[in-house]
Amino acid sequence: MNRIRTIWRKSLNVVMLTLTGVAAFAVVGVLFFILGYLVYYGGKSLNWNFFTKLPVPVGETGGGMANAIVGSLKLLLLAALMGLPVGLIAGIYLAEFGGKTFSFVIRYTTDLLNGVPSIVMGIFAYSIVVEPVKHFSTLAGGFALGVMTIPITVRATEEFLRAIPGSLREGAMALGASKWRTIASVVLPAASGGIITGMLLALARVAGETAPLLFTAFSNQFWSPGWSQPIASLPVMIYTYAIAPYDDWHRQAWAAGLVLLGLVLLANLGCRLVMNRRGVRGV
Amino acid sequence: MTTEHSHAVSTKDAPVRFQISHLNFFYGAKQAVFDVNLSIPAKKVTALIGPSGCGKSTFLRTLNRMNETIRHSRVVGDIQLDGQDILSMDVVALRRRVGMVFQRPNPFPKSIYDNVAYGLRINGYKGRLDDLVEHSLRRAALWEEVKDYLHKSAFALSGGQQQRLCIARALAVDPEVLLLDEPCSALDPVTTAKIEELMFQLKDSCTMAIVTHNMQQAARASDFTAFMLDGRLIEHSETSKLFTTPHDPRTEAYITGRFG
Repeated sequence: MNRIRTIWRKSLNVVMLTLTGVAAFAVVGVLFFILGYLVYYGGKSLNWNFFTKLPVPVGETGGGMANAIVGSLKLLLLAALMGLPVGLIAGIYLAEFGGKTFSFVIRYTTDLLNGVPSIVMGIFAYSIVVEPVKHFSTLAGGFALGVMTIPITVRATEEFLRAIPGSLREGAMALGASKWRTIASVVLPAASGGIITGMLLALARVAGETAPLLFTAFSNQFWSPGWSQPIASLPVMIYTYAIAPYDDWHRQAWAAGLVLLGLVLLANLGCRLVMNRRGVRGV
Repeated sequence: MTTEHSHAVSTKDAPVRFQISHLNFFYGAKQAVFDVNLSIPAKKVTALIGPSGCGKSTFLRTLNRMNETIRHSRVVGDIQLDGQDILSMDVVALRRRVGMVFQRPNPFPKSIYDNVAYGLRINGYKGRLDDLVEHSLRRAALWEEVKDYLHKSAFALSGGQQQRLCIARALAVDPEVLLLDEPCSALDPVTTAKIEELMFQLKDSCTMAIVTHNMQQAARASDFTAFMLDGRLIEHSETSKLFTTPHDPRTEAYITGRFG
């Protein structure tokens, strides 16, 4: 009887080990598969032209996506300026001041906002910023992306502020610091590692959003000076080029995908660096 | 019901820093301190002893209004610092005059220098910070150990050094009174001895009130001792008298270890 139990136990162990191993492998495999494709196809098309030239009409060679790269950066800058401060201050409120019911409501709506499909965000930004002035603009795109960074920033700020122990706040207050002084000079700096990480991740996420930009920033074959013109961006270019019937455009779409991925990887690397240097101190 | 009376401490010759009358404290509906009358003499160390939960820490924290950070807390009574009512005083001004050191060292995640300078900076001090930082670190008996590492993170210090850093930080704004809430409970005996010696040296420039679980520490380091039980002040007299000839039977029971 015991022998059967032992065999059953051992085979169960082997089966579970195999299953979990296969699943882990599958996850990593998919990621590497995507990376591999991007690196292979994209790498072939990455050249100096890609980074410096504007798109050229079909049939001509030597075009690039310089305007889309700059465009994505401009949009991210706007998104950061519009969304991150709001997220930061709302997060501070939730962590330091909130009453029970009000905080619950804010947290819940933040999570809902996070779950809103990005295309709906696009329509929202369209009706607020594009419709009144009757044209697409960089501002509209930045606005749409900015609103999308808010939920992530709020949650990250709140979490990392809460992780700072109360004893640190007490120490500051016992020296005569007011509540705001304590937050600004002790708590925020202590939590800055985690908060900056949250912000970088929020930006990395919206960098690749395409749907909201379709109704707001639209696209542009040329440079887009100022902030009130339509502007090219990497995700929208990928969308446009990938479904077109031209091989040259397909290759460029792959390259753009690779550049976007590079941006995300850079952001993640930045996060690690920030966390290592500043960490989550005081914990 | 016997009336609790704090045996009047002869402070005719010594001036009094804190005069507490009929102090009652409530956490919401629950009362934690009942009608405490106590005087804390200047330039002396007053120890507050008593079993866990007797209200000594709560009482201490009313002296610099730290309890106000707790929601639904209420103070009823009269607390005078040098004749001024602290409850109607500006709380920031109060906390400059009455500093606090906590049970677990809580240095800020900044450099040693910035920790000590923090209190000075937020109170708008415009003079030479370097000198004051050095002075405070010397008063806390930490200068020699850290003078070459002022810009290192405070977390690089050991527990005992961190606590002395917190003392230096509190001393930097030159408070008249220093409140110590079980400052050595997280430290080893050697470091505890250093801090007790430090308190002896600081007495002349700074009145101190220390809450301690350690009766031997109270006997060693303080001039006056107050014994609290269940939120009430049972007895208050000179340390030597309280520990050798206590008036109240409950005091005697506590100090002989029959409970606590």
